[in-house]
Amino acid sequence: MSQFLDRLTYLTKKKPETFSNGHGITTDEDRGWERAYRNRWSHDKIVRSTHGVNCTGSCSWKIYVKRGLVTWETQQTNYPRTRDDLPNHEPRGCPRGASYSWYLYSATRLKYPMIRGRLMRLWREAKAKNSDPVVAWKSIMENKDDCTSYKSIRGLGGFVRADWDEVNELITAANVHTIKDHGPDRVIGFSPIPAMSMVSYAAGSRYLSLIGGVCLSFYDWYCDLPPASPQIWGEQTDVPESADWYNSSYIIAWGSNIPQTRTPDAHFFTEVKYKGTKTVAVTPDYSEVAKLTDEWLPARQGTDAALAMAMGHVILSEFHRDNVSNYFDDYTRTYTDMPFLVRLDEHKSGLVASRTLRACDVTELASQKLADWKSVLIDEKTGNLVVPNGTVGSRWEEKSEGESGNWNLETKDNTNGSEIWPVKSLLDNYDEVVDVSFPYFANKQHDQEIFQHTDHDDIIKHKIPVKKVHTKDGEIFVATVFDLMMANYGVDRGLGDENCAQDYSDDKPYTPGWQEQITGVDQSTVVRIAREFADTADKTRGRSMVIIGAAMNHWYHMDMNYRGIINMLMMCGCVGKSGGGWAHYVGQEKLRPQTGWLPLAFGLDWHRPPRHMNGTSFFYNHADQWRYEKLEVNEILSPLADKKEWDGYSLIDCNTRSERMGWLPSAPQLQENPLELTKQAESAGKSSVEYVVDQLKSKDLEFSCMDPDNPDNFPRNMFIWRSNILGSSGKGHEYMLKHLLGTQNAVMSQDLGEKGGPLPKEVKWHEKGYEGKLDLVVTLDFRMSTTCLYSDIVLPTATWYEKNDLNTSDMHPFIHPLSKAVDPAWESRSDWAIFRGFAEKFSEVCIGHLGKEKDIVTLPMQHDTPGEISQPFGVEEWYKGDCDPVPGKTMPALIEVERNYPDTYKKFTSIGPLLEKLGNGGKGIAWNTDTEVENLRSINRQVRDEGVSKGQPRIQSSIDATEVVLALAPETNGHVAVKAWEALGKFTGRDHTHLAKPKAEEKIRFRDIQAQPRKIISSPTWSGLEDEHVSYNAGYTNVHELIPWRTLTGRQQFYQDHKWMRDFGEELCVYKPPINTRTIAPIKGTKSNGNKEVALNFITPHQKWGIHSTYSENLMMLTLSRGGPIVWISEIDAKKMEVVDNDWIELYNVNGTIAARAVVSQRVPEGMSMMYHAQEKIINTPAAETSGFRGGIHNSVTRAVVKPTHMIGGYVQQSYGFNYYGTVGSNRDEFVLVRKMEKIEWKNEPVTKLERGAS
Amino acid sequence: MNDFLFGIYPYIAVTVFLIGSMFRYDREQYSWKASSSQLLSNKGMRVGSNFFHVGIILLFFGHLVGLLTPESVYHVFMTAGQKQAMAMIAGGVFGTLCFIGMVILIHRRLTNPRVRATTKFSDIFILLLLFVQLVLGLLTLPASYQHMDGSSMIALANWAQHIVTFRSGAADFIIHEPLIFKLHIFLGLTMFLVFPFTRLVHVWSAPAKYLFRKGYQVVRKRG
Repeated sequence: MSQFLDRLTYLTKKKPETFSNGHGITTDEDRGWERAYRNRWSHDKIVRSTHGVNCTGSCSWKIYVKRGLVTWETQQTNYPRTRDDLPNHEPRGCPRGASYSWYLYSATRLKYPMIRGRLMRLWREAKAKNSDPVVAWKSIMENKDDCTSYKSIRGLGGFVRADWDEVNELITAANVHTIKDHGPDRVIGFSPIPAMSMVSYAAGSRYLSLIGGVCLSFYDWYCDLPPASPQIWGEQTDVPESADWYNSSYIIAWGSNIPQTRTPDAHFFTEVKYKGTKTVAVTPDYSEVAKLTDEWLPARQGTDAALAMAMGHVILSEFHRDNVSNYFDDYTRTYTDMPFLVRLDEHKSGLVASRTLRACDVTELASQKLADWKSVLIDEKTGNLVVPNGTVGSRWEEKSEGESGNWNLETKDNTNGSEIWPVKSLLDNYDEVVDVSFPYFANKQHDQEIFQHTDHDDIIKHKIPVKKVHTKDGEIFVATVFDLMMANYGVDRGLGDENCAQDYSDDKPYTPGWQEQITGVDQSTVVRIAREFADTADKTRGRSMVIIGAAMNHWYHMDMNYRGIINMLMMCGCVGKSGGGWAHYVGQEKLRPQTGWLPLAFGLDWHRPPRHMNGTSFFYNHADQWRYEKLEVNEILSPLADKKEWDGYSLIDCNTRSERMGWLPSAPQLQENPLELTKQAESAGKSSVEYVVDQLKSKDLEFSCMDPDNPDNFPRNMFIWRSNILGSSGKGHEYMLKHLLGTQNAVMSQDLGEKGGPLPKEVKWHEKGYEGKLDLVVTLDFRMSTTCLYSDIVLPTATWYEKNDLNTSDMHPFIHPLSKAVDPAWESRSDWAIFRGFAEKFSEVCIGHLGKEKDIVTLPMQHDTPGEISQPFGVEEWYKGDCDPVPGKTMPALIEVERNYPDTYKKFTSIGPLLEKLGNGGKGIAWNTDTEVENLRSINRQVRDEGVSKGQPRIQSSIDATEVVLALAPETNGHVAVKAWEALGKFTGRDHTHLAKPKAEEKIRFRDIQAQPRKIISSPTWSGLEDEHVSYNAGYTNVHELIPWRTLTGRQQFYQDHKWMRDFGEELCVYKPPINTRTIAPIKGTKSNGNKEVALNFITPHQKWGIHSTYSENLMMLTLSRGGPIVWISEIDAKKMEVVDNDWIELYNVNGTIAARAVVSQRVPEGMSMMYHAQEKIINTPAAETSGFRGGIHNSVTRAVVKPTHMIGGYVQQSYGFNYYGTVGSNRDEFVLVRKMEKIEWKNEPVTKLERGAS
Repeated sequence: MNDFLFGIYPYIAVTVFLIGSMFRYDREQYSWKASSSQLLSNKGMRVGSNFFHVGIILLFFGHLVGLLTPESVYHVFMTAGQKQAMAMIAGGVFGTLCFIGMVILIHRRLTNPRVRATTKFSDIFILLLLFVQLVLGLLTLPASYQHMDGSSMIALANWAQHIVTFRSGAADFIIHEPLIFKLHIFLGLTMFLVFPFTRLVHVWSAPAKYLFRKGYQVVRKRG
């Protein structure tokens, strides 16, 4: 009733009843007011979605919608149950994810297409003069002043609102012009981590692939790719799901801050402690994980390899020498390369370990097929040299019809199938004991004293038991990998080796005593932890685990950190065992339905191959970061390498050689437009391939990488979507601003020319590096990120609650949907709709400029294809005349692709005929997929319009796109899984279909996963199983199904025998100290503001207050944090510079500069500064004093430095794969000068004078 | 004009005051509040708010009793002259108290950034209205001092008593009173008029009941 009238009944009201001696009374007051509280939580619907971040959570969320607006989100709690002996996964989702809905209606939300005002004016003027948009764009490009006018203000504001029709026309006109005048390989796209939102990724990559554009890799550029993984296993990265932590009995969390960065999974880590599992943390700082574990080893940052080597020393001494563990012994003989034989070659210092002995070397084995690629060991039963099953030679040897392969890990002779038992050590049965030289790297003084060195010699000699073998080259010595390893670790074996340790405290590499001076960790603790770790693994048959984050992988010598740890796991038989192994979590690299997604994403249904480029080499090369290189090759060469062979080569030269030899990919590819090359070939009367080879051989045509500052070789158009490359992941940020964008930057470094060399040998030097190579930068995002600020066109995209998509993670086995809870707000559109719109406009705009064109694509030798066995011995360069240029063998394959450009839209929106013609597959196996394509004709319906796509299944909406992925992938379609296991069985000669048969009839569709996340089906794409009995664990099928690893020997490799690996001293794991980046010495003392300065190592971990690595400008996160950029420093260093908590400090070196507030904390050890990843320039960032320009981001003080061993190719596991192998963007060896700031300027006034450079 | 302002306008104002308050109480329960800003800033509240509230409450009841008590009743205790003197002293004292309080509060409302940021137009409007009315009230003191016989006071009381008892001709009682009184009355009526649209509604709802409620635990019966 009426509130007012109710009041008037006061006198007629019954007296309240009392109870409890009058302490309580009853009331019958109106309850209407309660409605207010109910309304607060009422909603119209709940929709299941997740967050497309790279955080590995992939958590299921309820998205609440009220009156058409998203109001909030809460954790979903209806996951399928785990298994009867395991805790469940849920609840998943952390407070950071719960803050996401803020973005939808915040001020930072992009609402309309935006374009740089100056560019808009130029475009409208040009359009008024030329009605043809392509001609209009060309007219702008031909006027250098016009181009400079808009390029030079990138990042300085000046956006105006535009409409979709106009920007689509401009963008596609730019694409058409670029393809026509420069080549399709000059149109570049960058988008990371497809598993975050597969359809969104595929939208852009499908568009680019159809027009011949280039997709850049990201996993390696982010430095999340651990090259050690492909080196050892031939796998990109394969890891246990977090539930498998619960199966473990001993866990070392090594540089992984689990409670902070893996929040939804951390519960398994604490739950397993209740079972009695011991947990240990290894981190340099007192991090959250250090608080959570039973013990904390505070190893100095960047020295983890030394600690791991010392632990390895203990394990080898106690479990492989003194009391041999039978379990470890069997495991390492069967599943690792320990028994394989290595040739010992003559060297001026004596003998050195060389490549593995191959069948071709041994007279009696040389007649085997692919004998170059079959490594040899000794059979204990007969004492003979044999090639076991499972080497890479067995994998690719030709089989006659009906013959099944023997690429498996059965302990058999690969020729006759007789049982063998590998000899691991020659100690009991050697012909001789010889001195072999090993390289040592930790004896050079680092210019910063936190990194200690020891005084051992460059070359350390060890005594090795060897056999003599007669080869075609005469009699040679061979040793087993195991014997070499024992010596390398300094384990004494009674051979009178004076460089081996008698005692753990001896100062000899690599004892616990030796490591203490480098890592600072007490030696007795190291011995105890190593012993516990191995003892647990021995008793539990491999249930010891190491959880690693990317932290250690961001050091230049990350391979050593990782191999040191993985060696421990392999020595202890932990890899491929439930509750054991290498649990490496960096991001959502696990795109579970990968083989279903690939055709959609790269247009493999229409054209093969797509153009791919490794991101690190691209940005190193084209952002001119190489022009400022301060690390010389001879600094990192092995003391055993032939210095003359490397004389004068710089890092960029190595990359160039690699591209020319077909190891790494190239983009832009060649100095001429590929569409023109095919035309020239035609007029010369040659095939395109023949013509290009001839041109290259005569040096009339060069690779683009050989002259990156020549306008003929510029990347020209760039699309960025689902990424914040300029605010987050862009190592060498300021160099990117300077050379790619041509705008204001804080580069304070001299280039090699100014410094007086040495200049590169293979790359052309221009006096001045070009500034502003990119003509057009287009970014799609839902918020105004730093990258958007630097773009020419910014397009508003749908948020994670406004689109339909797919999401998977390596942390759990479920496939998740992103669902459209509400329509995209304002004028935003989903990524799929935006790129479909480009495809449509492109097909119109190109008419008259591009028709049916022949394109020629260069393709490096790919891993998991027969191309991976191209270059068995040594390094031969056709460019130097060492050999002939043979495409696909000694140089990149050259493949002609025909594109009918006006068909782009039709192709984009339908499945092409190649799936039915060539089948589908991945990782070296292929299967027929006609049934699935036919099935999609009914699910997605067929195209009825006339033309190239008539009768093909449609892919119009993003849900159509999800259905394509789900139908084609073995992980989501049981029939396909059975076919895939069958296909693998042809190689292994074993039946694996039992792994998928129980799920043969299961088909997961998009609406199914919207109802509930679904567990994926086991498939040969991955090395683990997801079934009712075991948790997903990497290497599980290798161990339990005897499927070989994808390496030279088919086993896990302790030994890396490629020539370049040996030249850089990484054939076996060693400790290499951080490199000297030389970025503070040149600037020290030149920019003083009067305050005290301290040099600190610069570390960029993932943050607490931000959604994963990127979204930190969210109001809630800013409120919980400090509301702006912060850098953590130790109390000791703060005292040295007279800084107190919350003071403004500046961090700078020649690469650039950062202004931030200081967090002074006991958490941080002396000598280290930590800046949480991706605190962008957009929030509360003042001008830095040294540059006078706004702020800097965490990557402003870094520069990518590439490593030659990552450029190796054509060599089994060291062959290129997109995001699989290649150079990585390391950044942690960097130092900065830190000091208190004097004046804080916000620079909020409009720019009046353009200043582009800092120095 | 005089008839309208002091004969009809009072009814309009009081009608809006009553019906407006009823409606607001019925429809907008969430707006029925004092909108205190003390949480945002405590500074000046102890003196300002207490002086203001003590002053204004006593002024209000002083006016109520003074205007509506019939002559015949108070003549038992005192003369009209004595009553006027008492009214002037009490009004002067509490008026000054209220004045000090209001100056503090107005200063706070206009200059404190946190308070200012949450201030609505009606908050400033009503505060200034009250302040002007208070100043006008204080300015009547010199006018009253001219005739200490109580005649003006009687005329004003008659007007008020005629108004509340619905007798005609109320306006005629004050037709010759000084302008300052008329302005004060007009503004006073206007305050009634705007009352339901401002935070003044909290005046209706003093939580006096809690002082007398029995029982710590207040529950409903099942069913």
